[in-house]
Amino acid sequence: MYRYDDFDAAFVAERNRQFRAQVERRIDGSLTEEEFKPLRLMNGLYLQLHAYMLRVAIPYGTLRSAQMTQLAYIADKWDKGYGHFTTRQNIQYNWPKLRDIPDMLDALAEVEMHAIQTSGNTIRNVTADHFAGAAEDEVADPRPVAELIRQWSTDHPEFQFMPRKFKIAVTGSPNDRAVTAAHDIGIRIVERDGEIGYQVLVGGGLGRTPMIGKVISDFVSGDDLLPYLEAIVSVWNVLGRRDNKFKSRIKITVHEHGIDAIRDLVEERFAEVKPLFSGVDQEMLAAITAQFAAPEFRQAPTDAYDAAYESDPTFRAWADTNLFAHRADGYAIAQISLKAHGETPGDATSEQMRVMADLAERFGHDELRISHEQNVVLPHVHKSDLPEVHKILKAHRLATANIGLVSDIIACPGMDYCALATARSIPIAQQIATRFDELKIEHEIGDLKIKISGCINACGHHHVGHIGILGLDRAGVENYQVTLGGDHTETASLGERTGPGFSADEIVGAVETIVETYMSERESAEETFIQTYRRVGMAPFKAALYPEKAKADAEARANAA
Amino acid sequence: MPRKFTPKVITGNALLEGDVVYLAADDSWTRELSQAELITDEADAQVRLIDAQARVGEVTGVYLADMAEGETGPEPTHFREDFRRTGPSNYFLGKQAS
Repeated sequence: MYRYDDFDAAFVAERNRQFRAQVERRIDGSLTEEEFKPLRLMNGLYLQLHAYMLRVAIPYGTLRSAQMTQLAYIADKWDKGYGHFTTRQNIQYNWPKLRDIPDMLDALAEVEMHAIQTSGNTIRNVTADHFAGAAEDEVADPRPVAELIRQWSTDHPEFQFMPRKFKIAVTGSPNDRAVTAAHDIGIRIVERDGEIGYQVLVGGGLGRTPMIGKVISDFVSGDDLLPYLEAIVSVWNVLGRRDNKFKSRIKITVHEHGIDAIRDLVEERFAEVKPLFSGVDQEMLAAITAQFAAPEFRQAPTDAYDAAYESDPTFRAWADTNLFAHRADGYAIAQISLKAHGETPGDATSEQMRVMADLAERFGHDELRISHEQNVVLPHVHKSDLPEVHKILKAHRLATANIGLVSDIIACPGMDYCALATARSIPIAQQIATRFDELKIEHEIGDLKIKISGCINACGHHHVGHIGILGLDRAGVENYQVTLGGDHTETASLGERTGPGFSADEIVGAVETIVETYMSERESAEETFIQTYRRVGMAPFKAALYPEKAKADAEARANAA
Repeated sequence: MPRKFTPKVITGNALLEGDVVYLAADDSWTRELSQAELITDEADAQVRLIDAQARVGEVTGVYLADMAEGETGPEPTHFREDFRRTGPSNYFLGKQAS
């Protein structure tokens, strides 16, 4: 894993020193709030409904045990003993006090972490496949290039005051687990004639105007990648709409100008930028890549796993849903669900963080991942250790066997915390998970992704949920719009609205109706929700959700005939 | 025709703690909505708001929030203000716990 060099450490320390002084000047009155706000946002500090919120970057979702332990320490010392993992692989603390922020940032720096560029109109935390370096289906580990992009984009002088924020995601696998099609730039590592290169997508994004990213280049070679990215951001930095916040993201620029025109401009700019790259980036990439060398996987029998799988149904259920194929023999990727039924999606207590850190240290080659689906991953666990890992997880409410199932819900903080929200998300997620747990049918339902956002900005990725839920304020009452058929993977698509929204009291029932409709429409238990939806379309779901409307339509047709 | 003015309180977040505060009639900041001054006159509200916003060493994000007159003081007319005076619904934290 990447370790800070002297330059990184000095850079973060200097930024922390500056911000400490800025906080002091805000408190002593030398800085107004207008002057202070952009400075605090550059350091990840927001003001939310009930308190400040500090958003800490977890680059490409990768953590060492010591870092997770420190996150727990920070939660206890300066917050309320828990943290919230987000859809951009960050962690948010919801209750810090202004005076404590500089100390929190220093504590983060001790473990090579920071909150720089987790807000503001900059290039944000670079996200990646949470199975990076472990997945069987991977072309190459996306983290070295994600780290290179992080270093290039951090404090990049040209890209500190852009039209709007800018998000980049990287996948090293053809099975896209990093939602690359919904990012400003999505990078997919591909292999062509034995050479590793990058397919680059641009102009994806969710929010008010959701768009699936378009391919701007099918193959960018390794030494061209940074100058190519610089060319894209540079073109948008000039063209992007600064006059209208709602049209400022690159997805709108691409939409307004067309992908072909943007591609031409990027090629032109690339020709200018490329000679400025002396090749030092490739030397750095080589050094970074060496740091991401795979751990030494051990050769051992898996009898303990086989025996537990055979004899312990609880373990078997967990293994069936929460494990994923690892590229090394005898290993598995173990997913830790932060979605215990009825709990807040993505939240972990400091005690749970310490348990996960300890497990990673003892059984997981010291590595942890945060997924955009708000779960934690132990990417390298030898199967013989899994029964013990499971036992410990279970003792700390971390062994919920629901990864990829109906209760593994993405939910943004919504109006329980967020100042931008128009409705709550968390209670809806809690109620849906609790309801399906009562029904005891989630394993029967199978692969189904519900994603909930508490406002149009779509932090909860509702547009790409198989079932998407968007919380709105309709005349002073919380109201929930439903979309169906979204997909966040390599076959990305945006969900379609079912029709009028549902009240907070109705939404759980509406989701149940959708699931029942799927169960009755599916051809077999193997046909997943999204497959069924793509085959039968919206009509049966609409008819089930709005029976009055269906009846009226049928009568109108009968009368017309 | 101009819309009829509805009663309001002045609210914002404390600079150091970040929590929700309301302006009381004696110009102090209170953490209890029931102690807030319910302003019923529009001109009065605007002047009070300007004065409150100038207190940058104490508060941030100051604005006028719609309220109704209740038995024990101002009552929110919108769910957002109800959450602000209570705290999050997933944990017993924030104002409800103090």
